[in-house]
Amino acid sequence: MERVDMTTVSNGVNVKALLDARDALKGAPEAAQFTWRATSKWQNGVHSTTRIQQFFGLGQEQNHKTEAVFEADHPEVFAAEDNGITPIEYLLVGLASCLTAGVASVAQNRGIQLRSVESTVEGNHDIRGILGADSDVRNGFNDIKVTFTIDADASEKDIEALVAQSQKRSAVFDALTNPTSVTVEVA
Amino acid sequence: MSDRSIEHVVLERGEIANSWRRERWDSLRLLTPNRQSRLPGHRYDGPDPDGYMTAGEVADFVAGFAKVADAPVRTGVDVTSVRAGRAGYELETSLGPLGARSVVLASGACNRPVVPPFHTEVPASVVQVTPFDYGAPDRLPDGGVLVVGASATGVQLAAELRRTGRPVVLAAGEHVRLPRTYRGRDVLWWMEASGVWDQRYDEIDDLTRARRLPSPQLVGSPSRETLGLNELTALGVEIVGRLAAVRDGWALFSGGLRNVASLADLKMERLLDTFDAWAASAGIDAPPPERFAPTRVPASPRLRLDLRGGEIRTIVWATGFRPEYGWLHVPVLDGKGRLRHDGGVVAPGLYALGLPVLRRRKSTFLHGIEDDAREVIAHLAAGL
Repeated sequence: MERVDMTTVSNGVNVKALLDARDALKGAPEAAQFTWRATSKWQNGVHSTTRIQQFFGLGQEQNHKTEAVFEADHPEVFAAEDNGITPIEYLLVGLASCLTAGVASVAQNRGIQLRSVESTVEGNHDIRGILGADSDVRNGFNDIKVTFTIDADASEKDIEALVAQSQKRSAVFDALTNPTSVTVEVA
Repeated sequence: MSDRSIEHVVLERGEIANSWRRERWDSLRLLTPNRQSRLPGHRYDGPDPDGYMTAGEVADFVAGFAKVADAPVRTGVDVTSVRAGRAGYELETSLGPLGARSVVLASGACNRPVVPPFHTEVPASVVQVTPFDYGAPDRLPDGGVLVVGASATGVQLAAELRRTGRPVVLAAGEHVRLPRTYRGRDVLWWMEASGVWDQRYDEIDDLTRARRLPSPQLVGSPSRETLGLNELTALGVEIVGRLAAVRDGWALFSGGLRNVASLADLKMERLLDTFDAWAASAGIDAPPPERFAPTRVPASPRLRLDLRGGEIRTIVWATGFRPEYGWLHVPVLDGKGRLRHDGGVVAPGLYALGLPVLRRRKSTFLHGIEDDAREVIAHLAAGL
């Protein structure tokens, strides 16, 4: 693929730092082990508040600059108070933001100047699963569709390749498309 | 080495071209067309330059080369140990100890089939085979087959099994899509003529990735057919995503099939663009450029399959191969057991040949060895 001078393109992604990190962590797999953490507290009804600030990585405890607080609830059509988005919608937040970050990073690395990147994420969900109304229906999404609209200094093919590569390197895309072992315990 | 008058011996554990005689399935043919099948001073001179040799014909071809080259081959000699010695290397062989100033590891890239660790979770009612013990469809139990992997091996075995009327499910992860012929010529002619195959290992951006690339979806068949996911779908093979896990008797497939298909389509188109640009600049007389339909992915590919349900009686693991270095007692392997080398130069007096993208993209194709061998042996000779 043709590479243009990366310094003439600015999407605000420090690709050099990422590439340096990749090289450094190749020889230090233990430093690459991260643990992301959230703590959640029940409020009332199906409303809960989840807070995120600390995580572990590069061999030590790390902190986000500020704590982030997320309200989750169910909408009024579920006879709830709608104090926040539903838990499954948080997966859409994760997927959209992860793929978008990937598009920006890959574009920077390939010397493609982005002007705008917008996406719509739709997750189709048959709620008979979670209601126990039909045991053949799964609880989670049946499928998810992401539609990107990208304005950039690149051909249509190069933009398609950007979006494909961002999926290939996406943590959330992988977490949603491949099985993950989940352990839930009572402390 | 004969040309350079370097005293040498070639040790072969079986007979010449042993793996082509004993470790390949019955229907396998070479991916390289006959007109490109050549070794130094030895080339195909039969009646079908556009055809592809059977495994047996490849073995005979290599044996013919050994004869023409008057190579000092000692067959039936098993090398059980190579270690560094005072003056080079000390070998243990089935004929006794042997010393050598230099050793060239030419034992191949495909000594052992690789099978994912979760194969132990597959229910006992399902028979598991690798390409080494596959043989032919009639040696598998009747009934459905899950073929895991969409490299050349996976697509060939899936097609062969489907053509016997069996239900076949193919689990496809990242793969390399290629048409068999392009603009009237074999795609491997384009790879060679356009110079893509000559791209050197030290010119490749991500060499680790290039060396791990699955073999392209090609088959050497008398009909010169293209055999990719679309052709398999047309045959009635069900395509699913990469086999991600086996859990509680269920095979769980990735939901990322559409993206691996898009990646393969995009990469193929980029390669065809390269061919077209080269053809235009080189003034090649060929039919006009072609473009192929995107990979058709089922609207809702299956995400899981009950391996206890009886639908699948056999799993064929077409999940790749790795070299075997259990006999190599020299600290030249990386943490993943792969040989560390710089274009085939492993350590002082220790060399490798015949590994993926050893010095060029063509390194593992039959005639690709010639340029690699010349350069590696030049290095070896300089060190003697």
